[in-house]
Amino acid sequence: MKTAIAVNGLYVSYYGSEALKNVSFTVEEGNLVGIIGPNGAGKSTLLKALLNLIQKEKGEIAILGKTIKEMRTKVAYVPQRSSIDWDFPITVIDTVLLGTYPKLGIFKRPKKIDKAFAHECLEKVGMTELRNRQIGELSGGQQQRVFLARALAQKPEVYLLDEPFVGVDVTSEETIISILKQLRDIGKTVVVVHHDLSKATAYFNELILLNKELIDFGEVEKVIRPEVLDKAYNNQFSSLTNLEVKA
Amino acid sequence: MINFMDALMFYGFLQKALITSIMVGIICGVIGCFIILRGMALMGDAISHAVLPGVALSYMLGINFFFGAVFFGVLTSLGIGFISQNSRIKNDVSIGIMFTAAFATGIIMITLMKSSTDLYHILFGNVLAVRPSEMWSTLIIGVFVLVCVYAFYKELLVSSFDSTMAAAYGLPTRVIHYFLMTLLTLVTVASLQTVGIVLVVAMLITPAATAYLLTNRLWVMIFLSAGIGVLASIFGLYFSYTYNLASGAAIVLAATVLFVLAFVFSPKQGLVFRAIKNVRKRELLSR
Repeated sequence: MKTAIAVNGLYVSYYGSEALKNVSFTVEEGNLVGIIGPNGAGKSTLLKALLNLIQKEKGEIAILGKTIKEMRTKVAYVPQRSSIDWDFPITVIDTVLLGTYPKLGIFKRPKKIDKAFAHECLEKVGMTELRNRQIGELSGGQQQRVFLARALAQKPEVYLLDEPFVGVDVTSEETIISILKQLRDIGKTVVVVHHDLSKATAYFNELILLNKELIDFGEVEKVIRPEVLDKAYNNQFSSLTNLEVKA
Repeated sequence: MINFMDALMFYGFLQKALITSIMVGIICGVIGCFIILRGMALMGDAISHAVLPGVALSYMLGINFFFGAVFFGVLTSLGIGFISQNSRIKNDVSIGIMFTAAFATGIIMITLMKSSTDLYHILFGNVLAVRPSEMWSTLIIGVFVLVCVYAFYKELLVSSFDSTMAAAYGLPTRVIHYFLMTLLTLVTVASLQTVGIVLVVAMLITPAATAYLLTNRLWVMIFLSAGIGVLASIFGLYFSYTYNLASGAAIVLAATVLFVLAFVFSPKQGLVFRAIKNVRKRELLSR
């Protein structure tokens, strides 16, 4: 097994306020990893730092043993649904086709083989029938599946997904998680920002628990213990138990 | 209309006017699509106004006003970006500050030159007085802009739709932004004679917005937008010539009429079809 992602002593800040402090972890290839933590814990920031979309202050990030700049085409990013302009004049299939752009390089247009591959990816997420719809006409879950298909079309080694299950119907959520598990099983690395603790054990095999600092990292069962979670959520859970006692 | 066609055969100035305004219709329509999809309509307005000092300076130095205009257009867009990135000032406010400053500078420079007729022409355009050299520079700029959009279509598409993905796979999104601003400045310069600085923004956004209501595919939108720009130019020129109206204003109003038609009758987005759909739905539900 090779190391897919290695983060060492990462610091990131926005206008002087610290978003990530001294975060270090390594993810081996072939893992499905959840990043969990309270709001404002820096989960999305961590993904963006991995992609070099925001400046880091200190620390090293290696993707498959090299810098992200050398490995850009090996990484696919699925953004939060709220960051997309859903009125943009683009159809489902053309959105998936965007995934073939990074490997084409400048000036070159997608060819038949690229289009066929985009169709294949769309079929994997079960959206072939809706291929000519404008993306805004889809439900939240369908939109998320289209963006997963686009990531598949990039043929990456590492997948980074930001809150893929927000506003998504149950069927779509099941489709997405089963595809992510398949990807893991063929040796790809998948990192998912996620907020719902209840599904964490069912979905992921490793967890990164974050609250500006790295609270814990490792096997799901090891991380998802009350005393560990309390540290990340600042005793939100213990206060809940207290309420129960009083009631 | 027959009179207009006869005059078109007969008068060289009218032919030049027609060719120039058709080219302006095409390039404004094409660039306009990217401007509205990137939510930069206000930026389009700003850059078109901001070229004024460049035009004035070029007159003073006796050089082609293309150079001065591009210089000030790009300078203003850099200034806007610099202010909004380095303070709490929001982008629209920063645009408002910078372009009015540039525009005011231009007006003072032209007043110092003491030729108010030129100012009037630059601000409002007069396509019927277009000189051959100006027609040619419009054509050359037009071809250059179209070649650029064709060559970088893929990059413009992905960076307009999802700039995060574009940046993530290594596209220089900031360079693309300023590249587009440069094209925008060129288009503004090319449109000076036809619609003038004040109304360029209408040619940039109205045909593009009209096309936006009619299709779900970017490349179709670009062709439609260019076509609508051309139609507006031809109709506008016709009314301008026949009824002796200001050419820029006539062209812009023609574009507005086309927009209103699309707004009301567009198959997917139009008022009429939406209303019909709503009524049908209600009938279905009330059964």
